[in-house]
Amino acid sequence: MSLNTPTSPHIHDDTSVTKMMLRVLLALVPAVIAHCWYFGWGLLINISITVTTALICEYGLLLLRQRPVTPFITDGSVLVTAVLLAFCIPPLAPWWLAVLGAGFGVIIGKHLYGGLGYNPFNPAMVGYVMLLISFPKEMTTWLPPHLVQDLNIGLWASLNAVFTGQLPVGFTLDSITAATPLDLVKTQLGLDVTIAETKNANDVFGDFGGIGWEWIGNWIFLGGVWLIYKKVIAWHIPVALLGSLFTISLIFFLMDADHYGSPMFHLFSGAAMLGAFFIATDPVSAATTPKGRIIYGIGIGLLTYIIRVWGGYPDGIGFAVLLMNLAAPTIDHYTQPRVYGHKRS
Amino acid sequence: MRRLFNFHGGVQLRQHKRESTATPVIPAKIPKTLILPLQQNIGNPAIPTVKVGDKVLKRQIIATAAGNVSVPVHAPTSGKVIAIEDYAVPHPSGLKASCIIIATDGMDISRRRESRFLNYQDLSPEQLRELIHQSGIVGLGGAGFPSHLKLATERNRVDTLILNGAECEPYITCDEMLMREQALEIVEGLIIMRHALQAPRCIITIENNKPKALEQIKLAVKHCNVDFIEVVQVPTVYPAGGEKQLIQTVTGKEVPSQGLPIDIGVVCHNVGTAYAIARAVEHGEPLVSRYITVAGSVAKAQVLEVLIGTPVSDLIEQCGGNRKTLSRVIMGGPMMGFALHNVDVPIVKTTNCILVNSTIADVPLPSRRQHALPCIRCGACAQACPVDLLPQQLYWHTRAKEFDKAQDYNLFDCIECGCCDYVCPSHIPLVQYYRYAKNTIWQQDREKKLADVSRERHEFHKLRLEREKQERAERHKKKRQAVSSDTVQDDKKAAIQAAMERARTKREQSDTAPKNIDQLTEQQQKLIAEVDQRREKERSAET
Repeated sequence: MSLNTPTSPHIHDDTSVTKMMLRVLLALVPAVIAHCWYFGWGLLINISITVTTALICEYGLLLLRQRPVTPFITDGSVLVTAVLLAFCIPPLAPWWLAVLGAGFGVIIGKHLYGGLGYNPFNPAMVGYVMLLISFPKEMTTWLPPHLVQDLNIGLWASLNAVFTGQLPVGFTLDSITAATPLDLVKTQLGLDVTIAETKNANDVFGDFGGIGWEWIGNWIFLGGVWLIYKKVIAWHIPVALLGSLFTISLIFFLMDADHYGSPMFHLFSGAAMLGAFFIATDPVSAATTPKGRIIYGIGIGLLTYIIRVWGGYPDGIGFAVLLMNLAAPTIDHYTQPRVYGHKRS
Repeated sequence: MRRLFNFHGGVQLRQHKRESTATPVIPAKIPKTLILPLQQNIGNPAIPTVKVGDKVLKRQIIATAAGNVSVPVHAPTSGKVIAIEDYAVPHPSGLKASCIIIATDGMDISRRRESRFLNYQDLSPEQLRELIHQSGIVGLGGAGFPSHLKLATERNRVDTLILNGAECEPYITCDEMLMREQALEIVEGLIIMRHALQAPRCIITIENNKPKALEQIKLAVKHCNVDFIEVVQVPTVYPAGGEKQLIQTVTGKEVPSQGLPIDIGVVCHNVGTAYAIARAVEHGEPLVSRYITVAGSVAKAQVLEVLIGTPVSDLIEQCGGNRKTLSRVIMGGPMMGFALHNVDVPIVKTTNCILVNSTIADVPLPSRRQHALPCIRCGACAQACPVDLLPQQLYWHTRAKEFDKAQDYNLFDCIECGCCDYVCPSHIPLVQYYRYAKNTIWQQDREKKLADVSRERHEFHKLRLEREKQERAERHKKKRQAVSSDTVQDDKKAAIQAAMERARTKREQSDTAPKNIDQLTEQQQKLIAEVDQRREKERSAET
């Protein structure tokens, strides 16, 4: 008779990395559906491309690095990276953008740093920012919401557009693409057009954000709240990020509503919601202490606003996340909680 | 109603307590042999007072305390000592230690009771402590610290005496059953302990998942008619029964890091200890048995009153477990207990639970996976840590063997409760990493101390040589000075000088050559030549 003698504790919670990652993906499903509702098949096509590329890269790199393949490829983290990246790529963007972004994110952003758990930067954002810097035009041409339905661009036409660049007969790229609301506001402000005028002149704005964007934002928000409820993510980062973004935009909005967007516009346009609940909360690259997470979230919120308003790019989440990734270890170092029995400082 | 405080973190666990609390406690069978380790407490092992072949009676001392931080061992039943030797004892490493092995005779004949229904109030705190010491009582909650030491008041004045009936680990129910069935004696034990400690107030804490135990204890307190005992229900969250967490819950105070509860005027004892003390003081019974839960893959999970020294295998069989299909046997709870290497080891004073896992288990324990994934820094561990540590950072630095940094993150405040480990989505054996880090640091400290001692010795040796040299030089110098400066002794000096002169000339005159070869007789010279010749011959013959 030989008994197993593992060390204590002898029981374990029914949890795993895979489960966490699958829950993250599940929380994204409503947003994916909403995205397809407003922007057509593009996101699903992008997701399939990024997921395929990311899985192939993950598999290849695991083999190259002589790591066990099964546990790592089934951990689900690479799927989350791929899906989040797909969210950042415009629908109907050429296929190679998605391939390049996913490949860069997984290979350079993740595996060259040591793979799961060791990457200092969020791999999805590494891929996204690389694409944004290298291909600014392709990365900022979005479809106007509802146009997809109005023009009835089906799956086949979408696939055709993505893989061959051929648009449905009678359409040119310019006629069916538009800037995102954030982008539009920025460009128009540059031309001395106030936000109110821009809103009146364009039909991309909804009740408080961009049409479509605000609803995608709502679904992402709900998914995020569910993740907090399920304890997959902690509340600190989303609350701090959205709170700081809200506060700073409110201050400037109250000072000058013509030139600064409303807080709701900032929260529900672009990637703020996605960033707050799904990107900044990537545990590996974020700060890990409770206090540190709040500082980290505030940092991203402020940097996002700064980049959006005064920077060269329409949205700043990607850059803000990467910049705060850099600061995370330092933040962690200075925000250790007071341990039981130690003096209160 | 007392205001309760929350401690940080903790985890909600499935309790699994119903199975073993369904039936009353029954005494376990007297086994054929009892194995009594000499060390069942923190401190020194006891010294045997019996020889192989001796007959012993129940409750007779068979090993006596080795100093104050040690307690005696008593024979749990009558029988014959068949061996005093190294035997496998319950220990995470499966090591052997010296044990007294008794073949029981089944008669269970007791020694005559020495103390006859003592009234504790007639005894001074010192006498009480001595009585408790001689009764072999240690902390029955699991630590095994000699109880009489925790009833001493030298270090600080005790303000609150807490009786721990929280019993927060899953499966373990022995304290709950003890409270349900022996509430009166527990409360009496508490009153005795209070007398020894001279503490103004007492709190009995019970987790709110034990309503029956609470009811019994409340009745007993009422019966005793004292106003200094408060019964407090604490929330069921692991590790509510951890000493530091319990103190925080009921007092809001924290035990200082690396300190003891008594530093903040609190002493914490287990309900089982209170019961043992009541039996010892009021009935003159030393600690020879205790309540133990047997649970897991056995036909009948239950709480038994077990003689100390009973082999674990006997208990498992008695509860309908199959010895052949065992896969894992845990002594203690599933969170902090340890897996036994074999089931022949005995029950000791600190054993509270035997948790059986069999290969054909109907309810297998959901265990940590064999292969861990890397830490993803999700921080679930930090949220669960009752001490507010950052387990992910401790792990990170331990893995990198940066033990000094692990210490900066307060490694030694870890109570090894296992919460971080339990919630880790990557299934990393975190607690094991911390044990490893602590042990390595202790080892390094020991080595460093040794090195320091030898370096100090070496330095001192060098210093001493140097000092002696200087002293010698000083002495010589003084002598020389004394000699040269003393003008009165000039003629003496001259005399010495003259003597030295004489000696030198004599040495010079004397011949340095050997003195016995110049004036040889002819005969002698001939003899020498002969010898030389012979030697020459022998040398040539040899070659």
